[in-house]
Amino acid sequence: MEKKKSKVKVKYAKSGPLLLIAAPGILYLLINNYIPMFGIFLAFKNFSYKKGIFGSEWSGFDNFQFLFRTKDALIMTRNTILYNLAFIILGIVFAIFIAILLNALGDSLRTKFYQSAMLLPNLMSWVVIAYMVYAFLNADSGFINNSVIKAFGGKSVAWYMESKFWPFILTFVYLWKNMGYQSIIYLASIAGIDKSIYEAASLDGATKVQQIFRVTLPMLKPTVIIMTLMAVGRIFFSDFGLFYQVPMNSGALYSVTQTIDTYVYRGLMELNDVGMSAAAGLFQSVLGFIVVVSANALVRKVDSDNALF
Amino acid sequence: MANIQTSASAREMGDTKKFKLFATIVGGLFSLIALIPIILIVIASFTDEKTLLANGYSFFPQKWSIDAYTYMAQQWSTIGRAYMISTVVTLIGTVVSVLITTMIAYPMSRKNFRYRNILSFFVFFTMLFNGGVVPSYMMWTQIFNIKNTIWALILPNYLCGAFNIFLVRNYYTGSIPDALIESAQIDGASELTIFFKIILPLAIPTVATISLFTALVYWNDWVNALYYIQKPQYYGIQNLLIRIMNNIQYLKSGAASVAVGTGSVDLPGTAVRMSMAVIGILPIVIIYPFVQKYFVKGVVVGAVKG
Repeated sequence: MEKKKSKVKVKYAKSGPLLLIAAPGILYLLINNYIPMFGIFLAFKNFSYKKGIFGSEWSGFDNFQFLFRTKDALIMTRNTILYNLAFIILGIVFAIFIAILLNALGDSLRTKFYQSAMLLPNLMSWVVIAYMVYAFLNADSGFINNSVIKAFGGKSVAWYMESKFWPFILTFVYLWKNMGYQSIIYLASIAGIDKSIYEAASLDGATKVQQIFRVTLPMLKPTVIIMTLMAVGRIFFSDFGLFYQVPMNSGALYSVTQTIDTYVYRGLMELNDVGMSAAAGLFQSVLGFIVVVSANALVRKVDSDNALF
Repeated sequence: MANIQTSASAREMGDTKKFKLFATIVGGLFSLIALIPIILIVIASFTDEKTLLANGYSFFPQKWSIDAYTYMAQQWSTIGRAYMISTVVTLIGTVVSVLITTMIAYPMSRKNFRYRNILSFFVFFTMLFNGGVVPSYMMWTQIFNIKNTIWALILPNYLCGAFNIFLVRNYYTGSIPDALIESAQIDGASELTIFFKIILPLAIPTVATISLFTALVYWNDWVNALYYIQKPQYYGIQNLLIRIMNNIQYLKSGAASVAVGTGSVDLPGTAVRMSMAVIGILPIVIIYPFVQKYFVKGVVVGAVKG
């Protein structure tokens, strides 16, 4: 194969017309993605709107020093990582569980209905989801306070003021929105498993539950590893909508809802601390880059076919 | 031997039946959990405002009402405008996005394109590293001056992304034979003709998938407006929802200036908010049954390899 390649030289097509077709996309990526990459120097400036991007004075590592001197840096990094870990682990468990259930029901109307229902939350915007959460949790007329807690004779809870509940609420909301979506991938993997393995297992007397633990789960291992490493590659990034919109930007909850992404937004748009916000953003981009490259190196070791690059 | 097999298969059948029952019940429960919050806001939007304030949100309200919707119809100038903006932004964004995405993916799929690998890496690198929100914000506001224009809702972030590009590229390489392109070239067709007359029509299934992904992103987006729009007249439906949640007074003041002295003292507040959330998700719920299969396909294909 390789010999052939070196002997027969590839006859290239004319590049001009093909580059022309790619041009709009290239131009957009240059503007939207590449120019901001060079803009990371803003993290090393004492930015003021009056002096502009290039006129503002250089400040070296001052922004980073200020950032890491505050408690915020630790809190937002801790929150981002811990939430992501919880999402990754619980996400896998639930997604596989749902995929196994749907697979067991086969190609039926019931399966289709279940899948449609569980996928629907994924299509909703965070704004609308925040409305739904609000319908359940708002202190005066929320469903939980009025119908559930009252029925058991409990006391109303000011949900948007009590930070101790929010790690659970946010995890629940995340799972609610994403489970159906993630289960699609595992369902496709399960559908790809050779049926004769199950037949052999059942001839050997394996029960359905044993088949799940001895056949399905081991066969899903590669998918699980890939999905996990891809998620780990984004461990420094959080879903802005989940952490900003769903808690209704409530200040009382910042200790458990502040992630790097919400911090960057608040620094830039609410506190007008552009330098600090840029520093936090660069911190995130650089760590994110390191993690995604390492995760990929790991994938390549495990299973080179599935490595991203 | 035959005996053992029949008893095994009988047990297997009972086993399967039991497991199916379990899957039906638990799957039904999960589906219910997925749907209940949506059902709750729909019911709330049809609940009488006073009942809502007195008894709170409920799945079985004492008094139903369509006041929220009639009120919305009266206030259609505000809501309709936001709806219009969301629609226009979604349409323009999706059409332009699909066009430039399918175009840039084409040379990447051509094995005899000289810069194929460079171009692929150029696209791929955007998945590995990004400059972050602040440089991007400064560029769009200080250099391109898109603040408080309709462009702010379309241009930043969503127009053309690596994920969709690779999705389309993989579709081209997987299902469009090289021979087809070669024979067209022999017939003297230019690259542009080949792309628009041969490639694009063949790529309809993947075009459907990325159109759907992109349209959902634009319809559901509120982040661009959060950063770049301060004038409410440019708000789409999502940002109107945010604004109203922050301040229900907005609609009331709008009502006050439009219809002074109509005596509508008890303006429906909560129910109106919920009814607006309902019409915000209405287009999605309506087209969902027709597009679900493209969505599922796209997720599966996208997950396999970027």
